[in-house]
Amino acid sequence: MRVVLAEDLFLLRDGLTRTLREHGFDVVAAVDNGPALLRALHEEQPDVAVVDIRLPPTFTDEGLQAALQARRIRPGLPVLILSQYVDQLYAHELLAGGQGAIGYLLKDRVTHTAQFIDAVRTVAAGGTVMDPQVIAKLLARSDARGNTAELTAREHEVLKLMAEGRSNAAIMNSLHISESAVAKHTASIFAKLRIEASADDNRRVLAVLAHLKR
Amino acid sequence: MKTGVGGWVALGRCQLLSLAAIAAGAVGGLVVCALLLLPLGVGFRLLPPTATALRRFSDRHRSWTVRWTGMPISPPEPLAGEGPGSGRRRAVGLLGDDGFWRDLRWALLEPCTGGVLVVVPLALVEYGVFGVLVQPFVWRLLGDGNWYAFVPVHSTATVLAALVLGVAFVVAGLRLSPVALRLHARWSRRALSAPRSTELVRRIEYLAETRADALDVQAAELRRIERDLHDGAQARLVALGMTVDRAARLLDTGRPDTGVQEAATLPLRTGHELPAVRELLAEVRALSDRALQDLRDLVHGILPPVLADRGLGDAVRSLALDSFLDVHVEARLPGRLPAAVESAAYFAVGELLANAAKHSGAHDVRVRLDHTDGTLRITVADDGHGGADASRGSGLAGIRRRLSSFDGTLALHSPQGGPTIVTLEIPCASSSPKTSSCSGTG
Repeated sequence: MRVVLAEDLFLLRDGLTRTLREHGFDVVAAVDNGPALLRALHEEQPDVAVVDIRLPPTFTDEGLQAALQARRIRPGLPVLILSQYVDQLYAHELLAGGQGAIGYLLKDRVTHTAQFIDAVRTVAAGGTVMDPQVIAKLLARSDARGNTAELTAREHEVLKLMAEGRSNAAIMNSLHISESAVAKHTASIFAKLRIEASADDNRRVLAVLAHLKR
Repeated sequence: MKTGVGGWVALGRCQLLSLAAIAAGAVGGLVVCALLLLPLGVGFRLLPPTATALRRFSDRHRSWTVRWTGMPISPPEPLAGEGPGSGRRRAVGLLGDDGFWRDLRWALLEPCTGGVLVVVPLALVEYGVFGVLVQPFVWRLLGDGNWYAFVPVHSTATVLAALVLGVAFVVAGLRLSPVALRLHARWSRRALSAPRSTELVRRIEYLAETRADALDVQAAELRRIERDLHDGAQARLVALGMTVDRAARLLDTGRPDTGVQEAATLPLRTGHELPAVRELLAEVRALSDRALQDLRDLVHGILPPVLADRGLGDAVRSLALDSFLDVHVEARLPGRLPAAVESAAYFAVGELLANAAKHSGAHDVRVRLDHTDGTLRITVADDGHGGADASRGSGLAGIRRRLSSFDGTLALHSPQGGPTIVTLEIPCASSSPKTSSCSGTG
């Protein structure tokens, strides 16, 4: 799988390149600024881009802007955004297209290699991955507004993991419950929140996120 | 119909001002009498009360001007002769008081300046009314020498002409009255505002006070950052180092808490310490996660990254998404504002939204930001039950204090039963819109 990586700090760029290569990714370009990222995305046509949000020359949200621009040219280009912090506004903008193949994670998450690699693969496959912090804030808001009041505590946990973009298998492992239990919980959540159930994982994530954003 | 009610109201005010001008002249005359009587000694007793009356009168004029035209007049210092003390000492104090002499000058000039100004529309309207209501009835009795303005009124046709002319006079007077009021306000401002030196002294006092406040705020901020670092990230990194050390020793000796000497005598490793080391390393990772989170919170508290990246409009949108209420943001900001203003405004809006969520019982909040005439204006309006009080909630007082360093103001409108509307105004320049890729994405 071909990856373009954009990260301006050498140590992190080097570390990420190594981690990705160790897990069988082909890092075809590792760049350190916004314009070079746009060029690399255009020339290399990668399967997925892993992009630090803050890049030279502006050191603002250059990476996000470059990724959004690239996705306007090539809709559905899988992009995983990494950031020192997560902001609901940026999550909103990334999800606005509603087409998936998008990820938004705190940079810290790369230290949990297995989860990080999972996230890259999910995004490359057209899925949606949102940082637990984004989801926690969305859930807190939903709870405060009473949108998720009917859910049991366990269903709440399952909803959180679903919204983060985890697969049923990942939810199983994370909560140490059986596959049928996961299926039962998700069915119940969809019924209570009146979300149309979908076999497609990505559609499911987007539906859950749309509900939480209400 | 523009003249409508407003014209009549303005005319009424002109009437009031014209009478007040005569009164001002009279009060001024009394003060002059008191001054002239000073050599006889009686003046010392007469001067303080007449001067106080004059000041009350000029204060009334200042408040009228502000109320009617919105043109503020900086009040002079309180009269030197106020308060207890012998009549003589108070009178002497008055003679050296700049404000007193300005009041007197105004009172003596008012009848022939401000008074004349406001009489013009009055005269027009009254003469017009005379033409419309009186001439039709009296022209027959008056005979040939009867003129209305330039119309000789001696037939039905000329009466009609006088009628039209009268109506024209009334309309002109009504149109003119707001103009006369504005001119009068300008004249009053010239004559009644505190002398420039007083204004400067006041400004210096204000600046010294707000500068001290700004320094206090800054010092408190530094203290908070220091404490957050000390109790948060720093402490966690120390704990992290200690845990790594224990893991290393465990690998060396098989026991986490043995001293160095013993470690040298126990070089053998058996392998059963590995699960314990793994546990310690998991702890290390948890600690480093927490330390990163602490640093992130700290950075956000100093300067939220979205504010640095995108500016005030998008940063407030981000706040809106974080709020539990339905917050609608309407931002019309050209380019970027000074960083310090953006930051102060951002934290102020954050505080106001938190207040609305906590106390107001509101569902909807509307935040509007615009920058016109060199002033950033932010209104935060909620549909809650109102009753907010700036003097009780320390949050509002804190915002006010922070804004004062920028000459900014906070106006609170929160009647019982709601809604609550808070308006922030901060004078500041705006840079031209950024041409980088930061704007225009959806």
